[in-house]
Amino acid sequence: MEAIIQCRNLSFHYGGGEGEDKRPEVPVLRDLDFAVKQGEFVVVLGHNGSGKSTLAKHFNAILLPSGGTVYVGGLNTADEESLLQIRSHVGMVFQNPDNQIVATVVEEDVAFALENMGVEPLEIRRRVDDALRAVDMYDLRLHAPHQLSGGQKQRVAIAGIIAMRPDCIVLDEPTAMLDPRGRGEVLDTIRQMNRDFGMTIVLITHYMDEAARADRVVVIENGKILLDGAPGDVFSHVDLLKEVGLDVPQSTQLCHELMRAGYDLPRDVISTGQCIEEISRLVERVGK
Amino acid sequence: MPIIKTTGLSHTYSGGTVFEKAAIEDVDLHIERGEYVGVIGHTGSGKSTLVQHLNGLLKPTDGKVYIDGVDIWAEPKKIRDIRFQVGLVFQYPEYQLFEETVYRDIAFGPKNMGLSEDEVDKQVRQAAAFVGLRDRHMEKSPFELSGGQKRRVAIAGVIAMNPKVLILDEPTAGLDPRGRDKILGEIREYHQQQENTVLLVSHSMEDIARYATKVLVMNKSKVFLYDTVEAVFNHAAEIEQMGLAVPQITKICMGLAERGYPISPNTYTVEDAKRQLTEFLGGKGRGE
Amino acid sequence: MLKDITIGQFFPGDSPIHRLDPRTKIVLTTIYVVMLFAARNPLSLLVGVVFLVVVYPLSRLPMSLVLRSLRPIVPIVLLTAVLNMFFIDGEVKLVEWHFISISQRGVMMAVLMAVRIICLIAGTSLLTYTTSPITLTDGIERLFSPLKKIKVPVHEVAMMMTIALRFIPTLVEETDKIMSAQKARGADMESGGVMQRIRALVPILIPLFVSAFRRADDLALAMECRCYHGGEGRTRMRQMKLGAVDVWGSLLMALCFGGIIAANILGAGMVQL
Repeated sequence: MEAIIQCRNLSFHYGGGEGEDKRPEVPVLRDLDFAVKQGEFVVVLGHNGSGKSTLAKHFNAILLPSGGTVYVGGLNTADEESLLQIRSHVGMVFQNPDNQIVATVVEEDVAFALENMGVEPLEIRRRVDDALRAVDMYDLRLHAPHQLSGGQKQRVAIAGIIAMRPDCIVLDEPTAMLDPRGRGEVLDTIRQMNRDFGMTIVLITHYMDEAARADRVVVIENGKILLDGAPGDVFSHVDLLKEVGLDVPQSTQLCHELMRAGYDLPRDVISTGQCIEEISRLVERVGK
Repeated sequence: MPIIKTTGLSHTYSGGTVFEKAAIEDVDLHIERGEYVGVIGHTGSGKSTLVQHLNGLLKPTDGKVYIDGVDIWAEPKKIRDIRFQVGLVFQYPEYQLFEETVYRDIAFGPKNMGLSEDEVDKQVRQAAAFVGLRDRHMEKSPFELSGGQKRRVAIAGVIAMNPKVLILDEPTAGLDPRGRDKILGEIREYHQQQENTVLLVSHSMEDIARYATKVLVMNKSKVFLYDTVEAVFNHAAEIEQMGLAVPQITKICMGLAERGYPISPNTYTVEDAKRQLTEFLGGKGRGE
Repeated sequence: MLKDITIGQFFPGDSPIHRLDPRTKIVLTTIYVVMLFAARNPLSLLVGVVFLVVVYPLSRLPMSLVLRSLRPIVPIVLLTAVLNMFFIDGEVKLVEWHFISISQRGVMMAVLMAVRIICLIAGTSLLTYTTSPITLTDGIERLFSPLKKIKVPVHEVAMMMTIALRFIPTLVEETDKIMSAQKARGADMESGGVMQRIRALVPILIPLFVSAFRRADDLALAMECRCYHGGEGRTRMRQMKLGAVDVWGSLLMALCFGGIIAANILGAGMVQL
């Protein structure tokens, strides 16, 4: 399957410059190879400073590589001419719910991208209504942003991106500033986008419970990819993850501890239900 | 004598009109010196409102607040003094930094207390040490620091007032697991060294289970429960009903208990769950 | 607390006045203001007053709220009236006491000026009561868009106004939070003389400004990610169309205009403003 996002030998550093402007180079990404296929739900996990946000900002040309290339939908991000096209293919949702909303009314904000792209007004209206319904915000479409909760604001931001009908949505720690209910709302919405609309999702986060329900988890540490695989596989590396300052689900921890004590359990247990099942099976095997 | 006592504490908005809404209702609290209290409740349960009454930022519409035996509103003109005894750190406190140097920002609180320069210096340096700030940070502008460091400066600014009670509203909001562990670790050390009282408002039952001695559960503007961590977890099912997220390990143990295994459904740490399971499984089933 | 202050006091509704195209309202309000100053005598002013008496009920605005909003201008009206009364000279003197003299003409002028100011405020307020700030901004943008041809940054100014309007409630909320946080550290905003109070604002203003700049940065980035590239080639979801209401409104205003001109001519013998 075609890769929507393709990074080859991607390196990035802050600083550099020449002569008087020269500043010490701070490497953030080191020779990364990374690809996202159409329809995937990928989570990029990493602690603050690991380079995960920097990586995400290369996907829609907010940042350009210091070395290597990034292709989005076949277009090179370094190519200035392709900029607007790239950004209509890959939409981005940021961490701060307030600082993404431009308009004074919800539905006008959702229309913003389409207005910028010069889409015909009736078509804008149609797409805005569809997007609002998709994120369950249609009833609040005439509200002002400051009347909304954090979770609702993020859903408006997502609607604004969906209205562009992008191939891929990149979300950079979208739930970091939300309360548990808001987090749940946003995650449900994201998963729905992937499941029902086949939208490719790249979710940047440090919350492992968000990673647990992705198709694929990529762990970034110090600008390099440490682990890349299905959630179960990645989480089974309990000690490694703890070393790089990441959490592991308590279910995985428990099974890991029991395995260390000599009991036989699968390595890739994540969900509560799975854990209960596996431990029950263990009990049966032991004959209690 | 409890350090914090409230009797019939209520705060109603728009009293007497159609829009009347009780943010907190009839709260009776007895918090003893030296406790580390976790305050938990769904969004809108009244936690933030309650906590702002304890340092006199909000005035009760009914009921009384006693700090160290003194009715804080007996002399309304002196209400500012209470804020030096009960230090409150808001969510995202790094947004309140304003001074030219880290030192001066931390010194803001002590200076407002009218202390001598020497006393201010002592308290500033002590507070900075608690949150892990080094001397080289002190003369920098707070705006040059990273997000996590800024937060430390903000917390130090409140600790520097040497309050009898320290209240922190979600001090780990937006931090990654490593950042979270660091800050909570530092708060625990502070609590142990100062032997004062700490209130931690949090959405994370895991954090509260790990650090608190007592838990205050707020539900729909009222106090649901104030008891030890153990006792509160005996109500795990009810707490889940309230919309609070019970730790995953508790859910797992609840599931195992339901299947008839001798595991306590009120377990709240992985260590405890492991211990119970290894006891139950005995020596059988271990790998040869 | 501070959140309750709304700008321009907009009362949502569905009256004919509400339904007028904002461009029409802006143009007609401007014409009304000009007309008030063109009124030469009490008769002409009366036409202006009658116009308001006819139009206000059409807007179905709650009169008690409207009157309450007009309260702040009472001091200005009184001041103007008093100034006119004491400083306009005329032949017929009503009161003379030491150096203070009040003439009949002075009193007449005081009353007429007061009426004019009240009509001015009431007339322009009708615009802000029935048009939301954002609709107003949109209306201004579309009205002035022909000026883009001579390089007037109409779109940019309108975008700035929109974003400002959008963030005012958010910044007000943030100010509240910052104030609470600084008060929690013992900041005292109530006591002291002027200089002390100004200095007490520093811990509020600096974080607020820093935050506003950060928001601006974030927002600019978010806008670019949504393909914002200036006003060139932008379409709008909300289309503004002139309707029957606008025609009627314009006719009414034309009538009023004609009335004032006629009154000016007819009342040539009256007291002149």
